[in-house]
Amino acid sequence: MFKQKNYLALGAVVFVAVLLLSLPTRASARLKLAVGSWFLPLFGLAGAAQQLPADLADSVLPRRELLHEIDNLRRDNQQLREQQIQSAAIARENDQLRTELGWQRLAPWRLKLANVVMRDPANWWRTVQIDLGSRDGIQTNQPVITAEGLVGRVSAVGLVSSQVVLIGDPSCRVSAVVDNAARDLGVITAGGPLAGGPLGASLPELSYLASSANLKPGQDVFTSGLGGVFPKGIPIGKIIYGQSVEGGLASEASIKLNANLGALEQVWVLFK
Amino acid sequence: MSLFQPILILSFAFLAVFGEATLSGPRDWLGAQIDLLPALMIYAALNADIVTVSLLAVLGGLWFDSFSANPLGVTILPLFAVGFPIYLRRDLILRQLPFAQLVLGAAASAIVPAVTVLLLLNGGKQPLIGWGSLWQWAVMTAGGAAATPIIFALFGWCGTALGYQQQTEMGFRPDREIRHGKILK
Repeated sequence: MFKQKNYLALGAVVFVAVLLLSLPTRASARLKLAVGSWFLPLFGLAGAAQQLPADLADSVLPRRELLHEIDNLRRDNQQLREQQIQSAAIARENDQLRTELGWQRLAPWRLKLANVVMRDPANWWRTVQIDLGSRDGIQTNQPVITAEGLVGRVSAVGLVSSQVVLIGDPSCRVSAVVDNAARDLGVITAGGPLAGGPLGASLPELSYLASSANLKPGQDVFTSGLGGVFPKGIPIGKIIYGQSVEGGLASEASIKLNANLGALEQVWVLFK
Repeated sequence: MSLFQPILILSFAFLAVFGEATLSGPRDWLGAQIDLLPALMIYAALNADIVTVSLLAVLGGLWFDSFSANPLGVTILPLFAVGFPIYLRRDLILRQLPFAQLVLGAAASAIVPAVTVLLLLNGGKQPLIGWGSLWQWAVMTAGGAAATPIIFALFGWCGTALGYQQQTEMGFRPDREIRHGKILK
């Protein structure tokens, strides 16, 4: 009887695991979101606990410091307004030139701020969860950025939260262009000798470059706009070093990302 | 059967998974997140019944995978593969010794991620693994090993402080006492 109970448990666990693994992708994703929603009360508690020290710190901040901070913000605000006026003028000029040349007008980006609420507990994926979901209009494959540069793309959407797959994960490949005279094109991949490790996350690889690519340390890398997921011109990072591979048939480069993926707190989801 | 221990183990698993997803301290300092579920599975396999071990594997795995890009259910089998053999042979293990707990915790924390990655590769997924993963594996193993005796001590304290105490049979029984004295006539 004792043995029978053990082997019944073994059979039940194997059955549940196989059943879950053989679920269709859509059903599995829904079940995942349903299981993840069990933790929603804890998120509320954690958010309140994180807010408490900030509230306490705010209440004891000296008035002089607050006034100084307001002055700085006013100055920054003024500078940003001036830059916005200049940008609007440049955008108008760009639109006019595009119209004259018969090119399609560029749609302006719309951004939505999201908080990063958790990171992937498994060390072999690079994903984070944000607190925006389908009720906020989020859809899969929307680009996610910070002020420094590209972060990744939305890979799964729940009602109130979404999963973002970060650059450096094998399922987030980005078509990129090097800011040099030849405008060399490549694809950001998760490769590199340090892949998987703590340094590998911030040093992905720019692969599939032409063998004649003129790569120099410090050159900027931007999204190329090819592939249809990421708009053109989002900064990604800088080249650390480039080398010939495949017996001189191609080149690849190691990239230092602009965005610090290890310290993400708030990100922008880009709406086209 | 007391439900105290299963509830305590499953509650700890729930909080452990939530902590792993929200607290990035070990990831920032050591470059890898430490998984507490294998260490907890060692405790459950050595101290709880088979139903608790099975529930921990299924629910712990589900909770872990729901926060991760893992396919749902992939962590269940590695957790159970560690817990089930230990449960079957637990009478042969010196479970009270911290060194035994440390060694078992290290083995479990090394086996669970390795088997999970093998299952992912076998399922056609492409997890991010390279030379740097060896460091992460070492951190997970060492972290899990260190956490196991702490979990045993924590659960021991919880059992003493919150659980029902087992009534010990005393040798002395007042109703069987032989009273000596004067015989009254």
